[in-house]
Amino acid sequence: MSGIILPGADGVLYQRDRAWHPAADTPGYKSTTFRAPKHSLLALGPTKSEMTGPTFGHEKLGPLDNDLIRNFSQDGTEAIGQRMIVYGQVLDENARAVPGTLVEFWQANAGGRYRHKKEAYLAALDPNFAGFGRAVTDENGFYSFRTVKPGAYPWPNGGNDWRPAHIHFSVFGHAFAQRLITQMYFEGDPMIWQCPIVATINDKAAIDQLTARLDRHNTTPMDALAYRFDIVLRGRRSTMFENKLEGN
Amino acid sequence: MLHPVPTLKESPSQTAGPYVHIGMTPNFCDLPGVYAADMGSTMINGDVEGERITLSIRLIDGAGVPLSDGLVEIWQADASGSFVSPTAPNSNSVPAFTGWGRQASDANGVTVFETIKPGRVAGPDGKPMAPHVSLWIVARGINIGLQTRLYFEDEDNEGDFVLNKIMDKRRRQTLIARKDGARRYHLDIHLQGEKETVFFDI
Ligand SMILES: [Fe+3]
Repeated sequence: MSGIILPGADGVLYQRDRAWHPAADTPGYKSTTFRAPKHSLLALGPTKSEMTGPTFGHEKLGPLDNDLIRNFSQDGTEAIGQRMIVYGQVLDENARAVPGTLVEFWQANAGGRYRHKKEAYLAALDPNFAGFGRAVTDENGFYSFRTVKPGAYPWPNGGNDWRPAHIHFSVFGHAFAQRLITQMYFEGDPMIWQCPIVATINDKAAIDQLTARLDRHNTTPMDALAYRFDIVLRGRRSTMFENKLEGN
Repeated sequence: MLHPVPTLKESPSQTAGPYVHIGMTPNFCDLPGVYAADMGSTMINGDVEGERITLSIRLIDGAGVPLSDGLVEIWQADASGSFVSPTAPNSNSVPAFTGWGRQASDANGVTVFETIKPGRVAGPDGKPMAPHVSLWIVARGINIGLQTRLYFEDEDNEGDFVLNKIMDKRRRQTLIARKDGARRYHLDIHLQGEKETVFFDI
């Protein structure tokens, strides 16, 4: 039976390129010291349990879920900060759009302050900004949301380490093994290169992949700038060899 | 026939950071009013076949300290061993059993899931795998989400395709939840140290 090529969309995922991702243990980012596993990962051929995943088409998203300028407004007042639209396409490694997938995002406010009880930075809270939202990609894999540009902030790591302006992203895809969390940075930000968390990524091209581009064409005139941020999830082979799912 | 070379690279992972709860479980995080409920907080939405169980999963770092800022997602089959409509992304009905759960860890590093005991799913070798739940773990200090599984100590785990891939038999125990009361199971996830959990490269 082995060697028979089967057509179909349920081909296995491409192996994850672990050298493109950060290693688990990155001393420059001190929180990894006690949280990085020391054993090597167990190479596991994908089984049905990881090749399937939750779907979100049935979820009823609220009309303001992708509008961070207004979704926490207390009295109709909008969030303070530089207004912008962030949008992009979720693709797989074969450059195929990933429709109907959930994208979640969270960020600090324009002053660099998170609305969290453990947050200790002295920058002011904005009473009308919570800093999170979500969207489901359309039939072409596009998502978009409106927000204010997050500020850079200092964090306890070295004596004086600063995060560049960034937005956290969570994406699902259609298989549990595609699950991804990452961060979006801003084109031209001189803070990117001094950040120990950015530096957990070894390859400059990989860092560049997390850098959103200013998009003049999609600005809203007299209102909001636009940044484009595409996200790539693991791709699947279009064919598979029967009985070869787990290698040897 | 050769496979085409992928044209794009997967976006590199970055840590979920200390405030992942803001983005993914805002109601848990004292930010109510934006979402009606935290996504994944309820896995059962109606009459569902199978044994109702509670899973308690605790995250512990290499210094023995529980992770109060972690987040766990689980994905599992239903009692008959089927996964919820993976090919119907535009279905408008909420499934009675979603198969997917998400919980923030509390001050003690514990996440709790109300779910059902999964059935057996066929493994790549065609034989049924032992009942299991797939886990995905993120937190500050975790650069890329950790993937592993939870098995049940009161099930027959002999012959399981994945457990048998773990050469050091003692480490297989790191995936097996112990019975912790009626219909309740507990698993400690050790990120590091003597009891380090087996994590997967899937
Ligand atoms: Fe952050």
